[in-house]
Amino acid sequence: MHNEATRSFSTSASLQMNPPAVITAENLTKSYGELTAVDGISFEVPAGESFGLLGPNGAGKSTTMKMIGGVSQRTSGKLSIMGLDPETHGPEVRAHLGVVPQQDNLDEELKVRENLIVYGRYFGLPLSYLRPKADELLEFAQLTDKAKSRVDALSGGMKRRLTIARSLINEPKILLLDEPTTGQDPQARHILWDRLFRLKEQGVTLILTTHYMDEAEQLCDRLIVVDKGRIMAEGSPASLIREYSTREVLELRFGSERNATIGVELAGIGERVETLPDRVLIYANDGESALEQVSARRLRPLTSLVRRSSLEDVFLRLTGRSLVD
Amino acid sequence: MSVLTGGHSATDAARERTFGPLYSRNALAVVSRGLMAAKSSTWLILVSGFFEPVLYLISMGVGLGPIVGTVAGPGGQEISYAAYIAPALLAVSAMNGAVYDSTWNVFFKMNFAKLYQGMLYTSLGPLDVAIGEIFLALLRGLLYATGFTAVMAVMGLITTPWAILVIPASVLIAFGFASFGMGITSFMKTFQQMDWINFFMLPMFLFSATFYPLSVYPQYIQWLIQAMPLWHGVELLRQISIGSFSPATAVHIAYYLVMIALGITLTTGRLRKLFLK
Repeated sequence: MHNEATRSFSTSASLQMNPPAVITAENLTKSYGELTAVDGISFEVPAGESFGLLGPNGAGKSTTMKMIGGVSQRTSGKLSIMGLDPETHGPEVRAHLGVVPQQDNLDEELKVRENLIVYGRYFGLPLSYLRPKADELLEFAQLTDKAKSRVDALSGGMKRRLTIARSLINEPKILLLDEPTTGQDPQARHILWDRLFRLKEQGVTLILTTHYMDEAEQLCDRLIVVDKGRIMAEGSPASLIREYSTREVLELRFGSERNATIGVELAGIGERVETLPDRVLIYANDGESALEQVSARRLRPLTSLVRRSSLEDVFLRLTGRSLVD
Repeated sequence: MSVLTGGHSATDAARERTFGPLYSRNALAVVSRGLMAAKSSTWLILVSGFFEPVLYLISMGVGLGPIVGTVAGPGGQEISYAAYIAPALLAVSAMNGAVYDSTWNVFFKMNFAKLYQGMLYTSLGPLDVAIGEIFLALLRGLLYATGFTAVMAVMGLITTPWAILVIPASVLIAFGFASFGMGITSFMKTFQQMDWINFFMLPMFLFSATFYPLSVYPQYIQWLIQAMPLWHGVELLRQISIGSFSPATAVHIAYYLVMIALGITLTTGRLRKLFLK
């Protein structure tokens, strides 16, 4: 069942060649005492795909990543990475993985280039391989002129790029990125996206968690929307928007007091009306004509905006909550 | 440019090695990381660890020594007060160095630098990390012990060739404390809890027959002191320093061997629990 779902949703050209799955999760569950962080999720990721886990903080994304990396033991279910169980073959599985954790954990006692070399040593790689590789990765991360700098002298964006470069030292087949651009400024985010896109072009399988819908739309061939440890929906960004939202959204602000009560007066406009504390969303295939209907009813919003649907709307539809609190 | 071309042989070779879930036979990588970090860190910390016991030896041995006169050493032989406390101070410095490296240092790397989290996302297992860190602590201990023994020689406190064995024996003592210290640190969550370590170490330093013989205590206090690891270290080094061995020597060594075995088991178990949960 799962395989079919994967194929029908996918829009990736590489998938039509039907490459084998590099990650297979079946009913993956992780409980910490009473709390179930991951509640029986199943998915498959074929080689070369860019696969996203989209959800709010606490949805179970990072826990899932940790189980893939073999640094967290699952409570139940099956997990296979390149045909191996990360729980029993941890070091072996991690030899195939590159990991970019949510918070940079660069080695502050070492210089920039030393960070790459030493990390490569952890994989048992020889210096004859690591020296040229480190230089190549510094160039890839646009950090060549910082090779001898101290890590704490780097900007946030540079640290992030160094962490990504470091994760590539063992030529991983799968790159795990946990919130790769969270906390970065817009310019740094675009540089990171560009670097990640290049890796994707080179055939690296990307697994990334994010709570930014624009990031998911930029980078993911396919994604699962996760909330409270469960998969709410699965598909490509475009197919999810098509399935769970309308083409356009009309955003209206009436001021915080009227927002709550205006919903009734807007009923019947568009396909669906969603009332949020700060604004009202009207889902319609034609946002402009919806706005005309609002004007015809003599309702005067303080501001109005017509935009295309995004994954944010998908999430709102599926969970009744916003993605970013 | 491509980050994926060429060099596959090296990574593939690394992948083909036999790995267990805890150990990938690559503690050397952790050691070389430590050496590289030491290279760029301040030398002052390293040097201060060497001078501390030397200063004690000078103040107590040279200053207090003439007042005290000679003391009965192991086997009843009369030795100078400086010769009496020097091996004890060496044991204390082996303990302090190992404990500092395996507690404060590890505590920081574990909770603030997130160093071990990074390491364990590679092919390294928890046992590689534990062995590597303990080895580094021992290497530092070896340097200190060698330096201190040289100071003892210069001060004329060494009278027998057996005394050279205090160096490996100090490493054994450091090993015992380092392997245990790391396991204990893994339970610590706050700086306040870390202070408990000092609370335990200071009395042990003062009362483990370091500056005067055990016989001054009533019997039950003697038993308590003899249960503590430092007393065994002090006695072991004191015996070696004058080449006076007895069956107790074997007991002291055995005490440390057991301590090492228990410490490694505890530390590995804790690392596994903390990082592979």
